[in-house]
Amino acid sequence: MNISLNITTTITEFLSGFMSEGAANIGTMVVIALIYLAIFAVAGLYLVLLERKVAAWFQLRLGPNRVGPWGLLQTMADALKLVSKELTGTVKADKFLYNLAPYFVIVSSLMALAVFPFTKEFQAFDINIGLFFLIAISSIGVIGILLGGWASNNKFALIGAMRSGVQTISYELSVGLSLITMVLLTGTLQLSEIIEVQKNGWLIVQGHIPAIIAFMIYMIAGTAETNRAPFDMVEAESELGAGFHTEYSGMKFAYFFLAEFINMFIIAAVATTVFFGGWLSPFGITESIPWLGVFWFIGKTFMLVFLMMWFRWTFPRLRVDQLLTLEWKYLLPLNLLNIILMALIVWLNLTIQF
Amino acid sequence: MDTTIKNSNLKSEEYFINMGPQHPATHGVLRLLLTIDGEIIKKVEPDLGYIHRSIEKMCERDSYQQIVHLTDRMDYLSSHINNEAVCLTVENALQLEIPDRVKVIRTIIGELTRIASHCLWWGVMGMDVGALTTYFYGFRDREMINDIFEETCGARLTMNYNIPGGLMFDIHPNFVKRTKEFIAHFKTKLPEYDTLLTGNVIFQKRMKGVGILTKEDAISFGASGPVGRGSGYSCDVRKYHTYSAYDKVTFNEALKTDGDSFARYQVRIQEMWESMSIIEQLIDNIPEGDVQVATNAVIKLPKGEFYQKVETARGELGVYINSTGTKNPYRVKFRSPGFSNLSLLNHIAVGGKIGDLVASMATLDLVIPDIDR
Repeated sequence: MNISLNITTTITEFLSGFMSEGAANIGTMVVIALIYLAIFAVAGLYLVLLERKVAAWFQLRLGPNRVGPWGLLQTMADALKLVSKELTGTVKADKFLYNLAPYFVIVSSLMALAVFPFTKEFQAFDINIGLFFLIAISSIGVIGILLGGWASNNKFALIGAMRSGVQTISYELSVGLSLITMVLLTGTLQLSEIIEVQKNGWLIVQGHIPAIIAFMIYMIAGTAETNRAPFDMVEAESELGAGFHTEYSGMKFAYFFLAEFINMFIIAAVATTVFFGGWLSPFGITESIPWLGVFWFIGKTFMLVFLMMWFRWTFPRLRVDQLLTLEWKYLLPLNLLNIILMALIVWLNLTIQF
Repeated sequence: MDTTIKNSNLKSEEYFINMGPQHPATHGVLRLLLTIDGEIIKKVEPDLGYIHRSIEKMCERDSYQQIVHLTDRMDYLSSHINNEAVCLTVENALQLEIPDRVKVIRTIIGELTRIASHCLWWGVMGMDVGALTTYFYGFRDREMINDIFEETCGARLTMNYNIPGGLMFDIHPNFVKRTKEFIAHFKTKLPEYDTLLTGNVIFQKRMKGVGILTKEDAISFGASGPVGRGSGYSCDVRKYHTYSAYDKVTFNEALKTDGDSFARYQVRIQEMWESMSIIEQLIDNIPEGDVQVATNAVIKLPKGEFYQKVETARGELGVYINSTGTKNPYRVKFRSPGFSNLSLLNHIAVGGKIGDLVASMATLDLVIPDIDR
């Protein structure tokens, strides 16, 4: 069973059957964009459901269980409700920026998804600077948060936005540097090639000690990047009400909300790709069936998503100065040392390869 | 912090924020006027009056039996103890001899109330510092106590179980059994509180050295209950002005000398253990006898002033009754623990961050209807 999942070429070939080459290329982009949009709107909704179920398991309760079997349609119903809600706003808000902000956030999340190799052939956009593209695109999201917080004309939102700016700029460093540590090992930024390298063993095994350190730093910084507990200073409901999205309602709020969950998926998916072999199965057990790669990729990603949910539902929140101390005084120096350690390991050829 | 950064035209300005009356961290309708410089708190001004129901004025209109019911609505988390305070005042004024059975039952239910209140506080405390799961753990254990109350007196929160002269009716036949079950259950669950929250490094970083209140300040602000005891101020009314059956039991007053948020937190956890020990000492020897002594249908207190204080879950509740000899009091004044404890919020929060304010406020364990009667 060998279904070709190289979606871009498949669709282009199909479309060029009845239109010019240029039109076929544009058509492909539109079709792929629609497919991704549909998949991830649904995926985002089900991540919300998963979060609510995980929270319920941690908190001695059942979670959503009324709408559909096992509550499966609950978040769909929620989304419908949010669509039908009135879009309110503050009177003296900067209307243009206020309306623009949610799109920044959601677009940056969705764009980042394009480069992930879900399996060998299932990748919309395989560029040679894939990892760099990911880091760059995912930092656009914070502009949306800053704009939203500033333009809402609400002090709680403004404090949330200020915190977000500080937090994202700080933790972006750690995310970037921990990924650079791994790039030293792979020698490439292209995600498909990073996975090729891992056919000799997942990078967390190949790079052993520095890779494990890099993974831990990445998970901490990644959680902070997505503004989730214990780093949810931006929203901090007991301090700021709802933080930067205090003044948003209906679908605009839903964009922020959905983006948070897709960002969580992205952070976990990057970790899967860079540390845990992406779509590769453990010990190559399903190598003969390529499409099962999707299963492995999603499976590993959800393990990491679960880890992040575990953080959220057990840890208290840090204070804003403690958050910065953690980054600038501990994670960043550790990260720099770790890069040197990784360089030494690569130089002395101490990696573990199967 | 300097308001001007050196060699720069950048200036930071102080600004106002209205925290409340609808805000998740103020647990009700407390309004805090915050003056903030960036993240740093410069001034906290509590603004009360959003849930003022003139309970003290209403007391002047009501008979002494009716006053008891109003006190439920003050500190609703220790409603039984509030009722008890009024009943004790009236009983002392009338010089009634209260049966031992009543005293013991009042003490047991009072301590159960204290545990229930601290469970809720612990859950909300965790929620205020961002650990949402604690809320459900606290409520799980509180629920069992509420069930016991419901079986005995029909109410879960506003109990009205006390009347001047005793109790409304006897305890439910299951009361002893279910209380013992709860104690056995809670002894295994209370250590979970420590593993989930107390030992967490983030939590300790948030609590230790934050919101420091010295013993002198605690006394001069009139702090009482766990807030005072967290600062090393030994102020347990149960020990120093003993009432009901507290003279029959041995218990330790939970005392910490650090005076920070963590000390207040530890005092409350310790108090739950002490409350369990008090209940264990009493539950097997509830004396036989009547559950009330007969009083007149219309109680008239002798002319004079009467005062009684009790230890609620939040601290010292004082009931002052000024009687002119009629069926209504001339003046009633409640000295509520929350009001005094709130007054020191500005003192402990200034200089900290917004997060510190929320954490310190949570350790004061404020119940707004208690402050704003």
